[in-house]
Amino acid sequence: MINIKNIKKSYGDITAVDDITIHVRKGQLFGLIGPDGAGKTSLFRMLTSLLIPDEGSAVIMGYDTVKDYRKVRNILGYMPERFSLYMDLSVEENLNFFATVFNTTIEENYHLIKDIYKVLEPFKDRRAGDLSGGMKQKLALCCALIHKPEVLLLDEPTTGVDPVSRKEFWEMLKSLQTKGFTTFVSTPFLDDAELCDEVALIQDGKILDMDSPQNIAKKYPHKLWSISASNNYKLLRAIGNYEKKKSAFAFGNSVHLATANEVEIEEIQNYLKSIIDYDFEIKPIEPNIEDAFMELMKEE
Amino acid sequence: MKTFFAFVNKEFKHIFRDRRTLIILFGMPIVLVVLFGFAITTEINNAKIQVVDLANDVYSTKLINKIKASGYFSVKEDTKNINDIERIFQDGKVKLAVVIPQSFSKDLINTNYAQIQIITDATDPNTSNIITSYLSAVFKQFEMEEGYTLSTNLEINTRMKYNPLNKSVYMFVPGVMTIILMLVSAMMTSITVAREKELGTMEILLVSPLKPSIIILGKIVPYLVLSLINAMTILLLGLFVFDMPMLGSYLLLFTEIFIFVLASLILGLLISTVSNSQQTAMLLSLMGLMLPTILLSGFIFPISSMPKILQYTSDIIPAKWFIIIIKSVMLKGVGITYIWKETLILIGIAIFLLVLTIKKFKVRLE
Amino acid sequence: MEKETVIEVKNLTKAYGAFKAVNDISFEVYKGEIFGFLGANGAGKTTAIKMLTGIITSTSGDGSVAGYNINKQRDKLKENIGYMSQKFSLYEDLTLMENVEFYGGIYGLSKKQIIDKATLMLDRLHMNHIKDTLISDIPLGWKQKIAFSVAIIHDPKIVFLDEPTSGVDPITRRQFWDLIYQAVEDGITVFVTTHYMDEAEYCDRISMMVDGEIYAIGSLQYLLNKYDSKTMDEVFIKIARG
Repeated sequence: MINIKNIKKSYGDITAVDDITIHVRKGQLFGLIGPDGAGKTSLFRMLTSLLIPDEGSAVIMGYDTVKDYRKVRNILGYMPERFSLYMDLSVEENLNFFATVFNTTIEENYHLIKDIYKVLEPFKDRRAGDLSGGMKQKLALCCALIHKPEVLLLDEPTTGVDPVSRKEFWEMLKSLQTKGFTTFVSTPFLDDAELCDEVALIQDGKILDMDSPQNIAKKYPHKLWSISASNNYKLLRAIGNYEKKKSAFAFGNSVHLATANEVEIEEIQNYLKSIIDYDFEIKPIEPNIEDAFMELMKEE
Repeated sequence: MKTFFAFVNKEFKHIFRDRRTLIILFGMPIVLVVLFGFAITTEINNAKIQVVDLANDVYSTKLINKIKASGYFSVKEDTKNINDIERIFQDGKVKLAVVIPQSFSKDLINTNYAQIQIITDATDPNTSNIITSYLSAVFKQFEMEEGYTLSTNLEINTRMKYNPLNKSVYMFVPGVMTIILMLVSAMMTSITVAREKELGTMEILLVSPLKPSIIILGKIVPYLVLSLINAMTILLLGLFVFDMPMLGSYLLLFTEIFIFVLASLILGLLISTVSNSQQTAMLLSLMGLMLPTILLSGFIFPISSMPKILQYTSDIIPAKWFIIIIKSVMLKGVGITYIWKETLILIGIAIFLLVLTIKKFKVRLE
Repeated sequence: MEKETVIEVKNLTKAYGAFKAVNDISFEVYKGEIFGFLGANGAGKTTAIKMLTGIITSTSGDGSVAGYNINKQRDKLKENIGYMSQKFSLYEDLTLMENVEFYGGIYGLSKKQIIDKATLMLDRLHMNHIKDTLISDIPLGWKQKIAFSVAIIHDPKIVFLDEPTSGVDPITRRQFWDLIYQAVEDGITVFVTTHYMDEAEYCDRISMMVDGEIYAIGSLQYLLNKYDSKTMDEVFIKIARG
């Protein structure tokens, strides 16, 4: 559905997108995951034909985003980084406007947005500017869906939204997937990655890895341990000098310690006991995508 | 067509929901026109003049009463000595003195002709000029009623040179109307596009199947309506507050206003293609349009006395042509046959700007 | 041991017309704590923080921050707190050093104090090499670290952090938290909001706001037990979904 080939984009000296190649298959929920400033928005703008790539190409359903930009624009549902709604128009007026702009009506495609819109319906006369962040996000998604696009491009739809709204949003994306939508979505939250079929991890304009989230976690090269104690910070500093450490990062109320594969649990226990005088708990764990991302970042 | 109406409908909603902007849109022109206008008219209404009546006879009294009755002046008559005038000017309150010669009645009766001396304070030539022109009108009336001829012997008191332009409020008000109409119209369209860019909604509009021409027209039509309403208020102010004469055809005047407003709105859109924020749009329309328009439209400075290069430049300023047009229609009462050239130029400028705007309108973000 | 309180809030309410954005909240924050202030969008967090930092006054109720009354001593209060949010940031067109000098100056530090502070700060951040770089040329994650260091340049008693790590990469996010821990060791109390639930777990105590009220407050362990959850994420969703 989406074929991005060796695409590049620079602004002056800064290379925002550096030689990126991505293939998204029909019906996939594809996640582009990386921090702010990694180049996500530039890539989205090239896909939506709003920016022209310096090199390489992006083709959506056979249409080139530069040459056939009018065609491309017709088949896309795009949600830009900020919820681009008219804040002085009501919920219904926004939806109506975007439907008309795409030569359709709310009624015609109501079935597509029904599940999402029913939460908004009680507030349909409220101005978009008076909605909470989660509601704005839902309305923006409805506006992007209302013309029954072939491909959904969602640029950081969950930024600035609380964990509950975020979770709900991903549930919506999952249910849209069952309706056959192909979705390309970006997010800075690594835990969002687990919900995608395939993800590309992006940093400084480059793809660090691209695979299913499970495979990315599996490729993690080290043995990983979770250690918890009463004071995370002290524990982390204590581990800091451990010679067999590959890396150590805080993870909520525990610390993830990576070591070489031959290291055994007793070894670590003994080392820690020798330098700290409080209780701790250690167990081996499976790496998650955040562990993998940080490992890949370090390699860069 | 449906998308176009949806777009226009949306624009109207923006306009009517933003009360503050609406107030500024309609309030600002009124305030400005009144301010500009009254800066001139208040002085005319209460201008202090000194009358030195050396004749003190029937006709001189008649003339003085005529001056008083005009309502423009507050007349002082507390001296019979010409030599006091210098001192009175130095006090600064009186800008003009009228000296009626001793032989006033005698001359009128014997020769049908008498001289009156007008002495003005040249430190404030603008005011003096305006007062003089009003005074002349009073003298004219006197001549007509009495059947005599008055000759005014104008004498400018020291230091300053005489301003030959003899501008009057009738010349000033059309200029003010033109500039304000242009600024408000251009500002409206440039800001509304910049606002969509700021909000990010422009991104969605670009990605939608909407054609640039629909976006541009959709932005013009609602503001055209607003600007025409604005033009009406300004025109009414000119007619009823400043007593502008309206000698020509209203249909012609409205047609010309329509063309001029259209050109201004398109100019605003052109500005918006190069500005990404509302502030830049506002500044560009204010500074970029106000200065050249004020300087080069012939509104304040006569174009004929400018260097050749500026004269040519003034030809591309739409306001210049519009000022010529409305002066001709309102003050001279001429028909289209006299101003077809100016009208065509204005239409030409509007079309040129429209084509340029559609060309410059970016279908992408860069 | 008697704990010293840095924030003390009693029955604080902020109403906009009939709508109570913050409804009768009472809580305390102790010296040296990292206090996590969580809640869904629109639960009233931002309004509460505005009252605590003296930007708006409360409709009713009262409180003190850093020893100053939040309604009556707002000027004194502002001198003794630090504030940083994702939006409040550094001047993009000034260099790192110029920003430090500017903010140091605002809080009345002497030239010498500013230089001492700046040296220490650049050292800690390992940013000596970019001190004359324009902020606009510095990556986001670094900017946030600088912004935090600038927010505590005047040694406030407490620093308010409003979603400080939003959009920052995972490694820099953790480095940011290292800075927070260092500040705590220096005796600064930290009041932080975040949408990252793993960060919530770094806090000593956490409060959860729902519809303008504080629904739950306590240590991580307390909340996990109370809501029978394994992670803060679960707690959040259980509370916010009702």
